[in-house]
Amino acid sequence: MHRYIINRILLVFPTLIGAAALVFILMRLVPGDICLVRLGSGGTSFSTQALAQCHADIGIDRPWILQFGDFLWGLARFDFGISMWSGKPVVQEIATRFPISLEVAVMATIIAVAIAIPLGTISALRQNSWIDLVVRTFSIAGLATPSFWLGIVSILIVLDVTQAISGHPWMPPIDYVPLWKDPLRNLSIVALPAITIGYRYAAVSMRMTRSAMLEVLREDYIRTARAKGLINRIIINRHALKNALLPVVTVIGIEFAFLIGGLVVTEQVFNLNGIGRLMVLSVQNQDYTMTQALVMLVVTIAVLSNLVVDLLYAWLDPRVRLA
Amino acid sequence: MISGWKSCAVVLAMAATAAMPAVAAETPKRGGTLTYLIPADAPPSLDAHRETTYVTMHTGAPFYSVLIRVNPDNPASTTDFVCDLCTEMPQPTDGGKTYTFKIRQGVKFHDGSPLTAEDAAASWNKIVFPAEGMLSARSSNFEMVDKVAATDPQTVVFHLKFATAAFLPALADPYGWIYEKRILDKDPHWYEKNIMGSGPFKFVSYDVGQAIRGERNPDYYRPGQPYLDAIVGLYAPKQATRVDALRSDRAAIEFRGLPPAASEELKAALGKDFASQESDWNCGSVVTVNEKKKPFDDVRVRRALTLAIDRWHGAEALSKIADVRTVGSLIFPGDPMAPSTEQLHEIAGFWRDIDKSRAEAKRLLKEAGAEGLNFELLNRDVDQPYKYVGIWIIDEWNKIGVKVTQKVLPSGPWLAAERGGDFSVVLQANCHSIVNPLIDVQPYLSSSISKQNYGNYEDPKEQEIYDKAFHETDPAMQKQLMFQFAKHVMDTEAHKLVLPWWHRIVPYHAYVKGWKISPSHYLNQDLANIWLDK
Repeated sequence: MHRYIINRILLVFPTLIGAAALVFILMRLVPGDICLVRLGSGGTSFSTQALAQCHADIGIDRPWILQFGDFLWGLARFDFGISMWSGKPVVQEIATRFPISLEVAVMATIIAVAIAIPLGTISALRQNSWIDLVVRTFSIAGLATPSFWLGIVSILIVLDVTQAISGHPWMPPIDYVPLWKDPLRNLSIVALPAITIGYRYAAVSMRMTRSAMLEVLREDYIRTARAKGLINRIIINRHALKNALLPVVTVIGIEFAFLIGGLVVTEQVFNLNGIGRLMVLSVQNQDYTMTQALVMLVVTIAVLSNLVVDLLYAWLDPRVRLA
Repeated sequence: MISGWKSCAVVLAMAATAAMPAVAAETPKRGGTLTYLIPADAPPSLDAHRETTYVTMHTGAPFYSVLIRVNPDNPASTTDFVCDLCTEMPQPTDGGKTYTFKIRQGVKFHDGSPLTAEDAAASWNKIVFPAEGMLSARSSNFEMVDKVAATDPQTVVFHLKFATAAFLPALADPYGWIYEKRILDKDPHWYEKNIMGSGPFKFVSYDVGQAIRGERNPDYYRPGQPYLDAIVGLYAPKQATRVDALRSDRAAIEFRGLPPAASEELKAALGKDFASQESDWNCGSVVTVNEKKKPFDDVRVRRALTLAIDRWHGAEALSKIADVRTVGSLIFPGDPMAPSTEQLHEIAGFWRDIDKSRAEAKRLLKEAGAEGLNFELLNRDVDQPYKYVGIWIIDEWNKIGVKVTQKVLPSGPWLAAERGGDFSVVLQANCHSIVNPLIDVQPYLSSSISKQNYGNYEDPKEQEIYDKAFHETDPAMQKQLMFQFAKHVMDTEAHKLVLPWWHRIVPYHAYVKGWKISPSHYLNQDLANIWLDK
């Protein structure tokens, strides 16, 4: 088991270095640069001297190789540098926004798991019944509906419903407040995005749970357990569900990693100042240092999520850790 | 000279404000918090001297004072400049080359230290003559300035190299925030990350990408102002979010402007709580042709392209869906220097009879051997108004048999393609804060002179007319020269295809009072005269 864990951890480093090189090169292959965006995107005039000064200020007038060396040296020291756009430390910029994305991701995951596992299991146990039909329709609708669209529609519904009831349209606040400062306001901000993301997330997990359960329920050891006269609850909970959860855990892990940096559109729809919105902004502004750091963050989370999933696999299925 | 334009400016200002709700004769009420939306994520820095984006302006303007400004009670005028920190608008001496400003006494920065002429001079020197390693975005607007000096604690003097009508409007630039000299001396970069001015509001907090907060400055030098107790600016990049936030009263106003459809949506939703103001916007939509590429080096081809566009009918239709409206030359339509409609009709592409215009366009193309011309229009990946206008002109060109495809790029690559000359024809915008035609047309000068002119042409005749206009101090003569300039650039040489000007629509809750729209979203943003009628 220890060797399995060490192998998995060692694989993290080449993955991160590969991602670092890739993002560094790709960002610089895009035509234009942050100074052009900064000085010229408003349609206003600027001088050549101002452009040259801007390039010198942020160091993009130096050769690529020097910039890459600095980047790698910074990575080695966990120093991601200064945002070329705001001039603030990248870590500080990310730290401001990370809790928002993390909170939405965690809430969405809780909602998804709370919906997906019970409904997926029931759907499998009552295969082809009306319950199964309803659950399947619910999950297919979730897969087919883009989260951002659902987000826009849900805000409009809230506005219309509150206007119809009270005469004054209401929508959640658009400026984030941390949970510990004002829990009620925080929840009113985070609830809608978490539900809209959680629904799609649940749909994916629900279908996975259902199909995994159906497969497991046809296994010989389940038939044996029934033949032994074990009560159904124990068969389902202890023998069937635990084994069926293996692929579900994989899906949940991958989805969670995606949510941290991938809520690009949803964060914009709900005006959440999270990592996804920062990613869009930094790519639009061609802020190399920020984009590099964000990609590294997302890659790290993805790699760590996979690591956790692999470890959970080993815990759930002894065959994995013994192999 | 400025006074010579006053009567014309008053008429124009009245016309521009015709759509405004009645704001006169109401007594301002004290108190309340104004929540407004900033349609962006965050400004690059908080230093207005180095930035060009409106985001810096909407974030920081309420905290700062300026030397002179557009009259906040008459911001629609393009010539009505008044003192902010100075006591009286100066009469130039020394043949129009020296401007002496007396600074108000008793003005304090928010840290309690007194504001003097030394601070004003230090700030303006930072803008006009940036030190080595300092970035000043608008230093090129002040090539006429020779020296800025504080002669005593209450007097700041601007010495010019030559007299020009372009100086005072340039000085009224809203980005000319006055910083404290003591801080600048210690760290010239301090204001990039910090806010400390002498404006109507004191800085409270700034959460990047979330909100900027300010509170009433009790020591503000204008008696009774500001009327509000506090301000909160919320950053909201998505238009749908901003419309929803306005509808639900999460915010009262968004100062940049919304497209016609969004304004109509809010009007329907808010009913009697809805108000809006509209103005021509000091952003010109311009098509630039790369004259290094064939056949665009041929003036007949360029003239054909401008003759094909039916601006008069197109503007009317486009204004229903896009942020554009008024047909004009390359001089802001509301400015006294702008040509009249009759003069516009003399310019190719602005003729009354579009059929005649298109027949001439076809003839020119045939003569130039460019029948069946096809090319790619480079456009910016921004909906309003770029993509709307882009689709429209492609259709117009199609009517003379020219086939055009559109290449849409994000802002960075779009700018890079322009600078690198990697385009045939590009749709651009020429935006400015203060309406200052002599400075605003500089991007149209020969490419060796204006680095923002991506047309890749050299035109000594154009430069000759411009130089005369720039140094002319008689308004009538200057107007005549500017028309010559416009005719030369838009018709004779057809370097630039000028399209309908942007149009600014600011919808808001009717309880917001005191604010008046201007031709630019950079102007009149200190919020001192806003009050809430709740």
